[in-house]
Amino acid sequence: MNIWLVMLLGGALTFGMRLSFIYLFGRFEIPATVKQALRFVPPAVLSAIIAPALFMPNNTLDLNWNNYRLMAGAVAILVAWRTKNTLLTILAGIIALLILQVVF
Amino acid sequence: MNQKMKSFWAGVRAESPLLVGVFPFGLIYGALALSSGLAPFPAQMMSSIVFAGSSQFVAAQLIHDSAPGLVIVLTIAVVNMRHMLYSASVAPYIEHLPTRWKALLAYLLTDEAYAATIIHYEEEGFTPTSHWFFLGAGAALWTTWQVSSALGIFMGAAIPAAWPLDFALPLTFIAMVMPVLKDKPVVAAALSAGMVALLAYSLPFKLGLILAALVGILTGTLLENRKSTRGVL
Repeated sequence: MNIWLVMLLGGALTFGMRLSFIYLFGRFEIPATVKQALRFVPPAVLSAIIAPALFMPNNTLDLNWNNYRLMAGAVAILVAWRTKNTLLTILAGIIALLILQVVF
Repeated sequence: MNQKMKSFWAGVRAESPLLVGVFPFGLIYGALALSSGLAPFPAQMMSSIVFAGSSQFVAAQLIHDSAPGLVIVLTIAVVNMRHMLYSASVAPYIEHLPTRWKALLAYLLTDEAYAATIIHYEEEGFTPTSHWFFLGAGAALWTTWQVSSALGIFMGAAIPAAWPLDFALPLTFIAMVMPVLKDKPVVAAALSAGMVALLAYSLPFKLGLILAALVGILTGTLLENRKSTRGVL
């Protein structure tokens, strides 16, 4: 699919969801289960992207010490947990990966 | 200054502390969009067509992984589903407005504009110019997002290709997920989604991602329900 089509469809769906209840006000109520489930969307989607990026850098499972992306990712997880700072987390992960690549 | 403009600028002021966090995020988006293979112009246009930070990062990652277009569209939709909650939450305050106002405010309904606006609405209640406050908060965020994306794209073009910048996307996601992992159901949602993503990685069309996300959402919801039922009994 063309990148412009992807953006237009993705944008239209996003706009539609943003407009949904503003437009439908009073005519429809969100089911409680859906409200509850939405909280789990970001951690689930993002973890589903993070896990292969760390554990499968070459498209196969790699649990060795020389999987530098896994090691650098572990550093980033620690930094994110302690600091809750996006920029620091990215810097720590990239620097850890560069060091591992240069030293080993 | 009339009341409308006063409300508008109050919205801009209420939004400004949030902009401090948004600006670096836009810079990172711009730089990473380029490194994931998007050309500068589409990368910039995504910031106004989709205009939703985390889904733009996810889209960039999937473009980098050459996922099929339909999977990218679906993933953008899943990541942005929470906006329906915001929509329901602000709806009663802008119910009286003409459709073109509703459409404009819906377009501007991001996490950060919602956060500033709903706090104001809950404190001040309904006033005849309160949609101008929403517009001010939304416009401030929109402008910041466009400018920071553009600067990021400009900077990204100057970063040497040998740097492992593609790794910055999963790192960004780590920074977004860690602060959310506050209770067992959320942790279980994240872990189960991660495991399924690894197990189902070889599924065609990146469908493993969608499957993993659904399993994670289901696991979290089921665990939370079990906990609350036990609490009641």
